[in-house]
Amino acid sequence: MLSDTDLGAIWLTLRLATTVTLLLLVLGTPLALWLARTRSIFKGPVSALVALPLVLPPTVLGFYLLIFMGPSGPMGKFTEALGLGTLPFTFWGLVVASLLYSLPFVVQPIQNAIEAQGPRPGEVAATLRSGPWDSFWHVTLPLAKPGLLTAAVLGFAHTVGEFGVVLMIGGNIPGETRVVSVQIYDHVEALEYTQAHWLSAAMIVFSFAVLLLLYLLQQRKSAVGLRYGS
Amino acid sequence: MDHNRDPTPGIQGHFHLPRSNGDQQGAFTLDAKLDLPGTGVTGIFGPSGSGKTTLLRCIAGLQSCKNASLSVNGETWQCSSKRVFIPVHRRPLGFVFQQPSLFAHLSAGKNLEFARKRAGEAVSDSDFQKIIELMGIGDLLSRGPESLSGGEQQRVAIARALLIKPRLLLMDEPLASLDQMRKREILPYLEKMHRAFDIPILYVSHSVDEIARLADYLLLMEEGKVIGEGKAAALLSREDFPAQLGDDLGVLLEAKIAERDDQWKLLRAGFEGGALWLRDGGEPIGESIRLRVLARDISLTRSEDTASSILNRLPVRVQEISPDRDPAMVLVRLKPLSDEGNENTSGSTRLIARITRRSLHQLSLVAGSELWAQIKSVAIVR
Amino acid sequence: MRIGFRCCHGFIRRQTELLSLTPLALLLGTFAMLTTLSARGDETTIAVASNFTAPMQAMVNQFEAQSAHRVKVAFGSSGKFFAQINHGAPFDAFFSADAEKPARLIAQGLAEKTSLRTYAEGKLVLWSRRDGFVDDQGLVLKSGQFHKLALANPKLAPYGAAAIEVLQHLKLAQSTRSQWVQGENISQTYQFVASGNADLGLIALSQVMRDGKITEGSAWLVPDSFYGPIRQDAVILKRGRENPALLAFWLFVKSPAAQATIRRYGYNTGASSGPLKATEGGDTDAE
Repeated sequence: MLSDTDLGAIWLTLRLATTVTLLLLVLGTPLALWLARTRSIFKGPVSALVALPLVLPPTVLGFYLLIFMGPSGPMGKFTEALGLGTLPFTFWGLVVASLLYSLPFVVQPIQNAIEAQGPRPGEVAATLRSGPWDSFWHVTLPLAKPGLLTAAVLGFAHTVGEFGVVLMIGGNIPGETRVVSVQIYDHVEALEYTQAHWLSAAMIVFSFAVLLLLYLLQQRKSAVGLRYGS
Repeated sequence: MDHNRDPTPGIQGHFHLPRSNGDQQGAFTLDAKLDLPGTGVTGIFGPSGSGKTTLLRCIAGLQSCKNASLSVNGETWQCSSKRVFIPVHRRPLGFVFQQPSLFAHLSAGKNLEFARKRAGEAVSDSDFQKIIELMGIGDLLSRGPESLSGGEQQRVAIARALLIKPRLLLMDEPLASLDQMRKREILPYLEKMHRAFDIPILYVSHSVDEIARLADYLLLMEEGKVIGEGKAAALLSREDFPAQLGDDLGVLLEAKIAERDDQWKLLRAGFEGGALWLRDGGEPIGESIRLRVLARDISLTRSEDTASSILNRLPVRVQEISPDRDPAMVLVRLKPLSDEGNENTSGSTRLIARITRRSLHQLSLVAGSELWAQIKSVAIVR
Repeated sequence: MRIGFRCCHGFIRRQTELLSLTPLALLLGTFAMLTTLSARGDETTIAVASNFTAPMQAMVNQFEAQSAHRVKVAFGSSGKFFAQINHGAPFDAFFSADAEKPARLIAQGLAEKTSLRTYAEGKLVLWSRRDGFVDDQGLVLKSGQFHKLALANPKLAPYGAAAIEVLQHLKLAQSTRSQWVQGENISQTYQFVASGNADLGLIALSQVMRDGKITEGSAWLVPDSFYGPIRQDAVILKRGRENPALLAFWLFVKSPAAQATIRRYGYNTGASSGPLKATEGGDTDAE
């Protein structure tokens, strides 16, 4: 069944996906808000940049990240200047890569949710003496909750399933960068199909359980709404 | 802009907003100068697309306007020449939107709390209760907005706007999205509100009924410009009151309850030049009321038709016949015969009938013809 | 109902057959057309491990310059080719990056047993992209004066297994373990080093050698005795055994000219390292 190495990879993957999801919600929400509201000429270019990981093969992204975060890359120089060393082959390197890679999956649902609100709730809030910050927290965000939930699920799932990028910058270090998807790949490549099956099955069951839980939560939310109606 | 330095009661200002593609109203340049009373209800009236809503949004600060000034009862809210612009959320105003716009994620009660927490001054529990009772929404508080009818939602929205303790209440066609039934349901609440709170209200509408019922003062708009203003009663009864009102064209009659007929549950209201029978709505004898008679509700007969079910018939003389914007119709201005000795007064008791050209021809009406006006319905507007 | 079911069944089966046959039929059709058009040469399609891309391209150019036959080459991961061949991929021969997969294909009856031969032997090099970082004795490994050491995953890549052997030979496997970063394959391992993310790495000589010279950085050519041979074996697959184009190319790969090319790209060949396995002889029989 699952070996210690497999369990280690699972634990690492969960840690990575949770970290990335939380960071993405924090960073992606203001970005989504800006994209949903701005009329700036930069909206197009920024949207395209955010969506880029959707169309780029992960290995391309991974390759450029390897160079970008490496000792000759701008980010590598920056992190070395801070005394942090370089990011490839580290957990936080994977976090940075996953942030970029999963960004569109988090930004777009939130952006859609905010765009779907239209300007009205914000205007109403303003006429109720609610300043921009207040109205962001108490109106825009709560109204965008389904979008945030979708974003969290997609961001988490996508990070768990991420493979190509990790392959490029991970270095297969146990407890640091050896995530489940790489572990499964190793099993398959080494023709260890039984282990691959067990780990894959565990992944599927886990992912299904997480998604199911979230959908159930969402459903109960709407059921509350219906109860109000009766 | 002297009025910005010198505290003057009332609402003064000007807005010049060139048309732009991004503007939803789009088709006109808003160019409005305001000098409105600082109390009571001011109706902002005009056809759809005349700039009423844009003007109201400018006053609220929701629509940015580069060339503008505004002061409300001595407080400067906006003055582009002095680079003053108080953002919407710092203006002591309440705003009721055309579409009911309760926050969908909050129950009706939480929507009210949202406003109460942010009110300009503390809202005491008794004030809170008073507003809830006034709007008749005590039973709705635990419910979500989606489970309320449009009228209920709008009542909650009005209560919410009142709870912010505004010093100016802006209402943008608050009844326009509601059907006739709901309108009738809400209008009394608006009247009560008007009487209970001493808040100046700007009330945008394209419905003469609402304006006639609520407004003390009136601002008429067309294609982004103010084309007239004055006391509502006087303005509404003027015969040059904008003809684009079409179906809503009519006259306002200042009347007094003169007699109560308990057997038939009717009231007789007398006005200069005649009297009309109305359904008894409980008004006491001697009370002043405002009656509205729509042009489309008057039909004309050569002789008195006593076999008709129509209650109110007045002998009148044709004064003038003028074309309607509908080529099949004409407008006939009439003067009650009993008012004929009164030639020199303002002539406010004239009636207007809207009839087809064919009827005009069949009855061979000309100025001076004497005939009977049958009045199908009379509305008490206040 | 029953008729309908049978119809459906037949339809689906036809579809499936059609689907699986389409590429093959197309390919064969193309072959036939090319054959009739050129009327001189045949065509063959071979699967080649991607680490052997450069020498293979050079050899194919050499071959086609002197022959009417045409060779189409698919480059990719050996593991994927192995799986694809298992599922009927239309290759005439398979040049693997290891010895294990061709042997398994033979065991499964998908390849000609007698054709098995080692076409190249990989050589391991300790390389850094920085000049002078690696000395010509490889002492830098013992000094521990480096941050990260890249090597291929020993479980998956023969070069990785060989790298471990080298480290064990030097008794450095334990002391350097915390500095290892593993690439899933040897080309990824090269990227780690080439991008500077790893200071040095045990990679394939073929990755840094062009025309007999190491093109940049500093390197230590690990002695062959430090690790077992990294055999890259090739086999003729069932469907290629009667393809004249393939057989001609197969023969060419063994020619001195081709062997020289292979060596120029940093591999050992049977010719340079002496006669290898019995498969050499078997090979001759197959022809």
